[in-house]
Amino acid sequence: MIRKIWKNLIIIGILLFLYLPIMILAVYSFTDAANIGAVRGFSLHNYVTLFTTPELVNMIVGTLLLALGASVIATILGTLGAIGAFYSKKGAASVIMTMNQVPVVNADVVTGFSICILLVVVLGISKDTYIPLVAGHVTLCAPFVFLSVIPKLKQMDSSIYEAALDLGATPFTALVRIVIPQILPGIVSGFALAITLSLDDYFVATYTKPATFDTISTYVVNATKGAQTNIKTALWALSTVIFLAVVLFTVVMTVRAGKEQKERNGA
Amino acid sequence: MHKYRFSRKSLGVPYALFLLIFVAAPLFVLIYYAFTNGRGQFTLQNLTGFFSDPNTLGTLFYSFGIAFATTVVCLLLAYPTAYVLAASRLRAKSVLIMIFIMPMWINFSLRITALKEILTWLEGSLAYHPFLNTVLGMSYDFLPFMILPIYTTISKLDGALLEAAKDLGAGDAQAFLRVTLPLSLPGVISGVSMVFLPAMTNYVVLDMLYNSTYIMGSLIGSYFSAYNWHGGSMIALILLGIICLFTLLTGGMEEENTRGGALL
Amino acid sequence: MEDKTNIIELKHITKTYEDGFSAVSDLNLEVKRGEFITFLGPSGCGKTTTLRMIAGFDVPTEGEILLNGKPITELPPNKRPVNTVFQRYALFPHMNIYENIAFGLKQKKMPEHVIAKKVRKVLELVDLEGFEKRRIDTLSGGQQQRVAIARAVVNEPEILLLDEPLGALDLKMRKEMQLELKEMHRELGITFIYVTHDQEEALTMSDKIVVMSEGKMQQIGTPEDIYNEPINAFVADFIGESNIFNGIMTGELKARFCGGEFVCVDDVKEGTHITAVVRPEDVILTAPEKGIIRGNVTSVIFKGIHYEITVESGKNEIVAQSVNSAVPGERVGVYVEPDNIHIMIAEDNTNIFDGEINKNYELEYNGRVLDVSLTDIIKGSRMSEDGTLLDAGGSEIDIEKVKIKISIQPQSIELTDDQEEGLVQGCISNMIYKGDHYSYVIHTDLEQDFVVDDEYLWNMEDQVGLVMPVEKMKFKVKR
Repeated sequence: MIRKIWKNLIIIGILLFLYLPIMILAVYSFTDAANIGAVRGFSLHNYVTLFTTPELVNMIVGTLLLALGASVIATILGTLGAIGAFYSKKGAASVIMTMNQVPVVNADVVTGFSICILLVVVLGISKDTYIPLVAGHVTLCAPFVFLSVIPKLKQMDSSIYEAALDLGATPFTALVRIVIPQILPGIVSGFALAITLSLDDYFVATYTKPATFDTISTYVVNATKGAQTNIKTALWALSTVIFLAVVLFTVVMTVRAGKEQKERNGA
Repeated sequence: MHKYRFSRKSLGVPYALFLLIFVAAPLFVLIYYAFTNGRGQFTLQNLTGFFSDPNTLGTLFYSFGIAFATTVVCLLLAYPTAYVLAASRLRAKSVLIMIFIMPMWINFSLRITALKEILTWLEGSLAYHPFLNTVLGMSYDFLPFMILPIYTTISKLDGALLEAAKDLGAGDAQAFLRVTLPLSLPGVISGVSMVFLPAMTNYVVLDMLYNSTYIMGSLIGSYFSAYNWHGGSMIALILLGIICLFTLLTGGMEEENTRGGALL
Repeated sequence: MEDKTNIIELKHITKTYEDGFSAVSDLNLEVKRGEFITFLGPSGCGKTTTLRMIAGFDVPTEGEILLNGKPITELPPNKRPVNTVFQRYALFPHMNIYENIAFGLKQKKMPEHVIAKKVRKVLELVDLEGFEKRRIDTLSGGQQQRVAIARAVVNEPEILLLDEPLGALDLKMRKEMQLELKEMHRELGITFIYVTHDQEEALTMSDKIVVMSEGKMQQIGTPEDIYNEPINAFVADFIGESNIFNGIMTGELKARFCGGEFVCVDDVKEGTHITAVVRPEDVILTAPEKGIIRGNVTSVIFKGIHYEITVESGKNEIVAQSVNSAVPGERVGVYVEPDNIHIMIAEDNTNIFDGEINKNYELEYNGRVLDVSLTDIIKGSRMSEDGTLLDAGGSEIDIEKVKIKISIQPQSIELTDDQEEGLVQGCISNMIYKGDHYSYVIHTDLEQDFVVDDEYLWNMEDQVGLVMPVEKMKFKVKR
């Protein structure tokens, strides 16, 4: 009995540690307080500021577009790369795998800085073209897409590709109609991972972004140093919006997974 | 005929080229810049400069200190949590796990902002406990990365092993110390490498919570701001060296998709 | 006539992999239109590789494949009028049964209503009417098997390739499917090329069997030919159960093997070294005085419709099947009708005999310890500290279950007057002059015949010792 209480205490304690700051911030985002601790009345002015200040709206939209664009490119490149490497000879495949592993284990600071050096300093590509930024984010994300697709290829029954050819499909048709559907779960989770990584990134963006552009991370880090109170509290609202979006997404996914489980058991 | 043999392999060509340009080439450029000066001449000055400047050396040791403290705190918090989670027979366990993962999907800078507001409120000013705040902030940021791998290894343990240990006369504590703990070490190692390395380099947490002292990552930032590519490259290279060493020590190269596995 | 033409021809086909391993070497084969032909052999014999080359998944390193007289060696699989039933079915998991079967027809851009009709018809053929909308993972193994066959057959291929299609099914299901496949072959009238390692399956279903071993074709023929007239010891051993003995022709229609002289019907020149095959069902056990050789019953196993009786005569073991039981230890005579002895000319005169492992883990023959270590013979094995023999995996080897075949070439054995010097003793029962040496047959005291090449002249009935150097022996482990 005592042991059970201990167990519950551990779980609750850690969850409080993880969630309390976000929750408190969420509560205060609905007031007009400038600091936590002050007791103030209900207000939506933070949300109004968040969605009406052009600077903030541009930053949010820019971050989302960057994440979407970089993830799409990373998913295509990473998936094709995984298929190519999987069917290549051992030597070629291990070269690709090794290079793929570098951005995964490397610190994002180093990845961002080295891409900046090559593209901006050596090749002289302007950061204003967004090329270094997009390239940097694709470099950050594609290896993870690659890593989520490879296991699906390994699990796939290799003879179904041959079966498709045997039934008259061209290699291209066999790939699109047979192989891709089989590895789709890996591609989807790779894409989701890419979105998460891109949204969360600070370092690669710092070293490769145009001076006039900001992602959520770079904006927030700079804003916390600044003294603009209304921007600071608007970011509380942003934090709350993202938190609610994540909760909503998780609930939808869990319910859907549960339903699928039920259907499968019922069949 | 050739088309048929060619097609699947050739799909990998764009990605291989991409990796060459954006992964391999930047590393070579980094090495080149690290060992040259502004006039393009070979020099070891960036290297010797780093190891003879008390400021940079101090930063190196300070980052080790922060990373070490963060890793220990995370481990102490994560292991019991992971153990309790893995041992629980809750039907909604997968939902509970999701709740532990969810914070990772919220932008880290916003989470640190939240923590910063709380700490400012509690302590009055962040300047009173700089080291504590930094370690607390990093632990807050990285804790899920430590919980997940440990949880995964423990829940994969064969329950029969524990039963066998008890059958052979081991008490609860003995069974844990002699069976569960050693077998969960791979998870601990992978968790440690996912916390220690970012803690050495993620200077934003530090930057946001405590403005004055630097860790390894922020050195690159300061060289970057000063357009000193050569010095920055050397720091990046040294960091890369530390990462490689650490990865080799923990055998992390074989560990598949650790960061990704933790995120999804 | 249409059905006499060759539908597929393999000419000098060789498949060598990058690591130098030859899966198939110099294979020549003609398959007639409408035939049911089976590639039979142990795993790794090259039968699946051959099938894959016909399907187009593998390209031979050398040689040519002709379909209806036209070369298709390098034609990709999607361009060949050939369809395959895969070993583990290879059904597309994300498609339902209808979509799986319609896949090939859709590639040919057939109109949807034709496809629907054809799918319905083929589902009838495999007894799965109304299963169109079912998911693959809701089917049993046998049903998946039928879908796999339907998916291939619906394309009306000229040749249907089947790669161990029944391997994953249980015994009862397998027997049923064998009959159904045979029936389907009759109904469809197309050529079936079937791959299996199951000799019984091959014998029941095929018009023609190709026995393969180590990448080479050993024999091709009807099931009756293969069973009754195996061309060599491998085929005899692989097809059905056999007693196989080394021996020598001792006169017209007379062969000496297994310690006795048997009358046979194969006319082979006197003095030729032969391999004699006797099927267990052809071994007749009689009273000792009526047998050509005599021995003691060592084991009797009841097998349902007959008893399997093992008789030991000298060092030879003879397995017999009989409806009458026997008592272990009983002395019996062994008789075989001349008709039932199949004589093959021995490929070489290698002497093969069984070694014994004693309790000290030493190899013995004729009560003498051979100077060779068991750990050298059994690959990866080692002696444990407490003196038992461990295999590569570290588990103890039960010496009762291990047999070691020793082989030695005739020219490696020396004859000596000093009988005690020899590993085994015997008397010369036959000799032939081969130009520069004599070839002797020595009948040993252990009732075995050894062939020895020696340049010196000995006389018939001389008692000699056989000196066999250990370093000239080869060892093969059988479990």
